[in-house]
Amino acid sequence: MSNTNTTDISRRKFLGSAAAATGLTIIPGVMLYEVAQAKPDDMAVTSEVRWGMLIDTRKCSEGCDDCVTACNTENGLTGHDRPETDVQWIRKLKLTDKQTGHVTSLPLMCQHCENPPCVDVCPTGASMKREDGIVLVDRHICIGCRYCMMACPYKARSFAHEVVTDQKVHAPRGKGTVESCTMCVHRVDRDGIPACVEACTKEDHNAMLFGDLNDSNSEISKRLAEFGGKQIRADLGLNTGVRYQGI
Amino acid sequence: MKKATFMEIEGRSAGYLALLGFLGIFILAALGATYYMEHNGHYVTGMSNQIVWGMPHVFAVFLIVAASGALNIASISSVFHKTAYKPLAPLSGLLALALLIGGLMILVLDLGRPDRLIVAMTQYNFKSIFAWNMILYNGFFVIVGIYIWTMMQRSMNQYSKYAGFAAFIWRLALTTGTGSIFGFLVARQAYDAAIMAPMFVVMSFAFGMAFFILVLLASYNWTERPLGDAIFNRLKNLLGIFVAGTLYFVIAYHLTNLYAAEHAGVESFILMDGGIYTQMFWIGQILIGSLIPLALVFHPGWSKSRSLVGLASAMVIIGGLATMYVVIIGGQAYPLVMFPGQEVSSSFFDGVVNSYTPSLPEVVLGLGGLATALIVVALAIKILHFLPVSLADEVVDPHANAK
Repeated sequence: MSNTNTTDISRRKFLGSAAAATGLTIIPGVMLYEVAQAKPDDMAVTSEVRWGMLIDTRKCSEGCDDCVTACNTENGLTGHDRPETDVQWIRKLKLTDKQTGHVTSLPLMCQHCENPPCVDVCPTGASMKREDGIVLVDRHICIGCRYCMMACPYKARSFAHEVVTDQKVHAPRGKGTVESCTMCVHRVDRDGIPACVEACTKEDHNAMLFGDLNDSNSEISKRLAEFGGKQIRADLGLNTGVRYQGI
Repeated sequence: MKKATFMEIEGRSAGYLALLGFLGIFILAALGATYYMEHNGHYVTGMSNQIVWGMPHVFAVFLIVAASGALNIASISSVFHKTAYKPLAPLSGLLALALLIGGLMILVLDLGRPDRLIVAMTQYNFKSIFAWNMILYNGFFVIVGIYIWTMMQRSMNQYSKYAGFAAFIWRLALTTGTGSIFGFLVARQAYDAAIMAPMFVVMSFAFGMAFFILVLLASYNWTERPLGDAIFNRLKNLLGIFVAGTLYFVIAYHLTNLYAAEHAGVESFILMDGGIYTQMFWIGQILIGSLIPLALVFHPGWSKSRSLVGLASAMVIIGGLATMYVVIIGGQAYPLVMFPGQEVSSSFFDGVVNSYTPSLPEVVLGLGGLATALIVVALAIKILHFLPVSLADEVVDPHANAK
């Protein structure tokens, strides 16, 4: 009896999928084109894409902070001249090799891990990872416990230590909650690229590249395949979405 | 062994009312401090994006750890059938609940959004040890509450050993969970160690016992009830054993870390050149919190003095707070190691030892949590019959240990 039922359900599922597939093929091309280009609001993100970034530190110059400025402008991050408590979603790091003295400059932000420790430790599930690999904080259910900040190996998160003013509609923030780089999810969902990458490219530095790590034909995948890219703290096995060259 | 008689304290003396008033002032001040911090935002505290957990967490974690330890006395009587401890079991349960209330109060009032406590109670990410802890804390209230009920209502007495056993298992899980808050943090050099969980369990034995001895001394001295040497000596010996046990775990933790070159940096920071953290470790945790109390409770002469054993208990508590300061603040002060072999600098304090100065509101909130725990005990022993009328030797009878 139960076998028959299972068969029936599978057959129904198959017929349903077949019908859907047929429907999709005959939907006008313009519709398909739009789906491929920009995700409608009512469509869930899928794990078919994994957004990532490749940063070529050899092209990143020490004095430049275009990416930081762009991020602050895009997301309405204003400081209060209190460096210890002001939020930073992206920052420039200067590394000096203790042995050789070699200096490296690079931007550091949320690394959008596949296995993010911040998501693991968050008691309410406010820290979450989208299907497409972007790690976000749901500011509605963040209780401000800061355990994610304790857990992040990259110090990528900031706590809103004071009242937030002049918020951007696309980047809601709030005193008493934790925030970090969103990979400009509001742009990515509209087929755009993160503000930091845009700024870096616009000035012709080209140290930052954004793209789909799952698509072997994407520029980022091709470059990674050819030249490789390192993860910061690869030992933790987090499989970061942001990769670096030249470190 | 005579049947112990329990009775509420009278609680009308000027001293008692003064105690309530004194604790009340601290609680009101803590609420004021909370309002100040929450209204302005956490920038008015010493905490920052570098030191994200500060003084409130030192107090909160300490009290939560001590809470489960305070239940020891009850466990020894119900689980390990040592009847001499039986008269003390209800107070032990009460103190455990009170300390947990105090600790959780601090933790909640320090949240960025304490108004969202209901979110924390209804939305669980089961992979989070924090979420597990919320279940463990809530369960502790229920289980220990039932346990106290089975001990205090005669018709329920037959169930107290089962409730006691459940509470014993639960308190072990609870402190394992608290230690794992740090043990599970892979990112930081000072944490990410399985030993954190058992170390916290043994610490809880010591801190809880220290609180218990002080509360017992205070309540029996102030109400002029007899407290015999038979039971008191057992308690002080247990305190010594637990302090020694803690010391053992601390030594094992640091020796293991010292062996690994990877951890050499954080070890030399805590043990040698960490400034306040090194002082907190050697003077606070080791000298005040371990060595002097050990000497006081085991020295043949000194250990006969109630005052000195009381002093030893107070020192274990001060040392416990120092321990938490070293673990929680020291662990964050040491910079994250992202690029081994490289010197790192940035506008976000990468690669430097992070500074932290506790602010007054944080300390006041912490003390308020402690005061809350104590006022709960003070009120409960007035309302319900938690305290035996006498703990004189002939009542306790050291030879009455069950098989």
